[in-house]
Amino acid sequence: MIKQDSKVLLEVKNLHASVGGVEILKGVDLTVRAGEVHAIMGINGSGKSTFSKVLAGHPDYTVTGGSANFEGKELFVLEPEERARAGLFLAFQYPVEIPGVSNSALLRLAYNTLQNERGLEELDPLEFDDLIQEKIKIVEMDGSFLDRSVNEGFSGGEKKRNEILQMAVLEPKLAILDETDSGLDIDALRIVSKGVNSLLSQDNAVVMVTHYQRLLNYIVPDYVHVMDGGRIVRTGNKELALELEARGYDWLRVEA
Amino acid sequence: MSAALQNLVNQPYKHGFVTDIETEAVPKGLSEDVIRMISNKKEEPEWLLEFRLEAYRHWLTMEEPAWANVAHPTIDFQDIIYFAQPKPKKQLSSLDEVDPELRRTFDKLGVPLHEQKLMTGVAVDVIFDSVSVTTTYKAKLAEIGIIFCSFSEAVHEHPELVKQYLGSVVPSGDNFYAALNSAVFTDGSFCFIPKGIKCPMDLSTYFRINTEGSGQFERTLIIAEESSSVCYLEGCTAPQFDTNQLHAAVVELIALDNADIKYSTVQNWYAGDENGVGGIYNFVTKRGLCKGVNSKISWTQVETGSAITWKYPSCILLGDNSIGEFYSVALTNHLQQADTGTKMIHLGRNTRSKIISKGISAGRSSNSYRGLVKVSSRAAGARNYSQCDSMLIGGRCEASTFPTIDVQNTSATIEHEASTSKIGEDQMFFFAQRGIDSEEAISMIINGFCKDVFVHLPMEFAVEATKLLGLKLEGSVG
Repeated sequence: MIKQDSKVLLEVKNLHASVGGVEILKGVDLTVRAGEVHAIMGINGSGKSTFSKVLAGHPDYTVTGGSANFEGKELFVLEPEERARAGLFLAFQYPVEIPGVSNSALLRLAYNTLQNERGLEELDPLEFDDLIQEKIKIVEMDGSFLDRSVNEGFSGGEKKRNEILQMAVLEPKLAILDETDSGLDIDALRIVSKGVNSLLSQDNAVVMVTHYQRLLNYIVPDYVHVMDGGRIVRTGNKELALELEARGYDWLRVEA
Repeated sequence: MSAALQNLVNQPYKHGFVTDIETEAVPKGLSEDVIRMISNKKEEPEWLLEFRLEAYRHWLTMEEPAWANVAHPTIDFQDIIYFAQPKPKKQLSSLDEVDPELRRTFDKLGVPLHEQKLMTGVAVDVIFDSVSVTTTYKAKLAEIGIIFCSFSEAVHEHPELVKQYLGSVVPSGDNFYAALNSAVFTDGSFCFIPKGIKCPMDLSTYFRINTEGSGQFERTLIIAEESSSVCYLEGCTAPQFDTNQLHAAVVELIALDNADIKYSTVQNWYAGDENGVGGIYNFVTKRGLCKGVNSKISWTQVETGSAITWKYPSCILLGDNSIGEFYSVALTNHLQQADTGTKMIHLGRNTRSKIISKGISAGRSSNSYRGLVKVSSRAAGARNYSQCDSMLIGGRCEASTFPTIDVQNTSATIEHEASTSKIGEDQMFFFAQRGIDSEEAISMIINGFCKDVFVHLPMEFAVEATKLLGLKLEGSVG
């Protein structure tokens, strides 16, 4: 929902970033306000995933120019964990497996770390269990998921649902979903989308990075951005995504 | 490894201080004269001197073993001080008489030497360099017939027991380092649990090597008579020196019919610095004999220190239905090397053994599990379950597994499982992205990985082990 007067959550200006000495982002501008849903689309190698990792602070990427402001704070001076505690969440394209660490233990530690940050009470395991039993309904997960090691032996769809479960527990201000739809069958896509939609409010925002228009049928964007060659080359509404689906990306690349 | 992570790895060694106490050392080097001098200083009976000399003569004929997956410069056995004891030596009747400097050392180490011991219920026998300083709780334990004292004291007070059992599990010529130990051992702990007695408290020793260039050769002998049980804790630290120190101990456990011995170690010898300079060479022979029917010996170890760890706490399952267990966490970082594991020798019928080994390698370290499960032809119905898991942290460390299974009886059941996992920058970034800092992330990963072993540690050791592993690994990922 677009409201021009709502609060700016994220403001990125002329962002340049490189990995291994190669410049990938070559001047990205993006403004995200509370209550908005953005989609960033583009071909492989256009810089979409790099953009999300740079915002989250992945150590492999170096910011070489430009700025990003998150709720009035300079984002790039913050450590990755500080960005997370400030309310920036990244749902990973390839969620990692953490052998030996149970899902519930991870979620409780992450949740209590945030509670501390916000000056709120930590939850003990029993109190947290009450909370988590509600949250897993959002992603239609079985309680047995909580006792399993994080992502270990999970199917592709289960891993992505697990990411959304983490989002549901942490309730971030800004969630970046990095190709959350890739590798999902239609049922899992429906569950994940429903989960994300139920978490949307006037106080938070979502940026979806995706190849396909399909996801946008379920989570309807206010803005669609097309990324190419490390820049956003076109911004439109959801109609732009449909046009991309029909015509591909080449016409935009020529134009750019 | 990124710079930030590097910094976190380089946690200084907390126990690296030298206690400035005058020590009385015999000259460097080894000869029959040195052995006679040690034996004489300790006012030992003739038979023990003969035991030492026989071991020494055997040792002279032996070659230093080279089969372990570790590398180190040749050890000059003539460049080691074989006996060092704090001076002046006098009979101590209470803790107040212990040298205040020594007391401060123990305070720094966190050894519970005074009032808090009463609350923790731990009896401590402290081995400082080679002399047992004091054995607490002795009188209380003596009331129910338990003997817990320094090895030297046992030699004088209970020579018949020492003579009967010394070398009965690890013969003096068993291996190169056991022979060396048998020739020059200076002190250690002795523990005897009489028939039918369940030791009411955990017994604990604390080893510490203080003199630069000294070797520590202690000897531990634990005997559990019929239907008795005991839980024994061993903690180890050493100060920081640039030279390597040799620690070649021998531990012998004997369990008679229906007896139960649980032996736990948290080992934090100085591991050398980040460039591999200094640190302890920990070449130890630990072996338990389940001599009686239904007896049980359980080893639990958390190995975090030493430049080189080379040991295989083992069980000889002689009595029918006897049980051997080995639970181990071995962590190596920087340039540490560990070649550790166990041997389960099934001789009796329906004997059972269980091996849970967790190896964690970080930095440029090398960590090997080496195990032997042997079932003899008469060990009908023997069972073994082995699980060996390795975790690699970062991209420059090494983990190896060398399991050997030798089964001579077709009714035996042997299971072996192994796994390898890797913790890298991606996992750490995931934790960071969920707001969790690297210290907590590592501690969570390690606790998860090691929980099958930690549950077997006594409570206070489990807490210490968790902290120790976290400290040793801080920032080693990336």
